[in-house]
Amino acid sequence: MTVSTTLLGLLEPEPSHGYELKRGYDSLFGADRQLSFGQVYGTLNRLERDGLVTAGGPAPGSGPDRKRFAITPDGVAALEEWLDRPEPPEPHLQPVLFAKVVLAVLSGRPAARYLDTQRAAHLERMRSLNTQRRSSRLTESLTAEYGLFHLEADLRWMDLTAARLDQLAAEVSR
Amino acid sequence: MTAATLTARAVTKTYGTTTALHDATVTIAPGEILAVLGPSGSGKSTLLHCLGGVLRPDAGEVWLGDLRVDRLGERARTVLRRDRFGFVFQFGQLVPELPAIENAMLPMLLAGAGWPETRRRAGELFDRLGLAGLAGRRPGELSGGQAQRVAVARALIARPDVLFADEPTGSLDSLAGQQVMDLLVDAVRAQGASLVLVTHEARVAACADREIVVRDGQVGTLVES
Ligand SMILES: Nc1ncnc2c1ncn2[C@@H]1O[C@H](COP(=O)(O)OP(=O)(O)OP(=O)(O)O)[C@@H](O)[C@H]1O
Ligand SMILES: [Mg+2]
Repeated sequence: MTVSTTLLGLLEPEPSHGYELKRGYDSLFGADRQLSFGQVYGTLNRLERDGLVTAGGPAPGSGPDRKRFAITPDGVAALEEWLDRPEPPEPHLQPVLFAKVVLAVLSGRPAARYLDTQRAAHLERMRSLNTQRRSSRLTESLTAEYGLFHLEADLRWMDLTAARLDQLAAEVSR
Repeated sequence: MTAATLTARAVTKTYGTTTALHDATVTIAPGEILAVLGPSGSGKSTLLHCLGGVLRPDAGEVWLGDLRVDRLGERARTVLRRDRFGFVFQFGQLVPELPAIENAMLPMLLAGAGWPETRRRAGELFDRLGLAGLAGRRPGELSGGQAQRVAVARALIARPDVLFADEPTGSLDSLAGQQVMDLLVDAVRAQGASLVLVTHEARVAACADREIVVRDGQVGTLVES
């Protein structure tokens, strides 16, 4: 889901070819894992099938990269739905939260608000883990502690990112 | 003790040219635990001090039940703070020359209670806060977590309606901080007091019923409702 919505976000400003999309994705999000061409075209085909992008008629020549992809209104709606919805507060959310923040900044959407919504979801989860930590046997209590420490780390990262949104906007917008 | 709602309405506070708090509105229900979050310098402590009758706002109103706090004079606010509020800060609140137990007894003695009754009440709080056996120690002979628990005992001894805590675990490691928080929350709940808890730690905020966020002197919630 993250790769497909991220590609939608990258397509939103202007239509693009698969190759350019891969380059854009890799430079912003591919530090750990770059996309393969197969992944890019497979994802784009699925998005086209679901009506979230359209593929413009191939230019003279052949091969998949002749197609020019554009986001559809349904695609924009799917993108916004994803941005608006807080992620379930589980460990290891950094890639998806980071993608949301960058795409929001790139498109002039209120990144701070997405972070706030996510913070609220995290704190709600921490409250229930806190109850679990206090009311149960040590085994359950230690499991709750693990979740609490990880969510706390996420929240620290969100605080730091929120304080750096202007800098981030300057850096990612060309 | 009658539990009372504490309210700040459109409170503004400036220091010279700095507007530390602007049009801040917040209500703390009886028995509620409210976390106050927000970046450094955003106005959290200023809000706490306005609510607690330490500072007088430049505009707006502060109410405790049907008592208009911000209109009270210096002397009346001192009495109000002593009789109905309790305060815990990050550090340095204990009198170094006095034994731990007498530090905790001070507010009640100052309010005119007798020594035996006050000593008994302090002893109960020390037991509840895991301080049994430390009554005779001076603050310099306590660990940071123990000293904070003595500060909690002192803040609770006069059975305040509202307890104010500004980064109460800020000087402690996470284990000692968690222990202080658990004891603080339990004691506050047992007395039916409300708690205004300023913190930058999510773990501490998770002990609260609800949170508000202060940004640039303005109060908001995390999700607009
Ligand atoms: N006595 C004072 N004189 C002048 N300015 C002050 C005073 N106290 C606070 N300020 C300013 O008012 C603003 C809010 O300060 P406040 O102490 O309420 O922030 P805070 O949110 O508690 O920050 P922190 O998390 O760092 O404790 C800041 O800009 C601060 O510099
Ligand atoms: Mg402060």
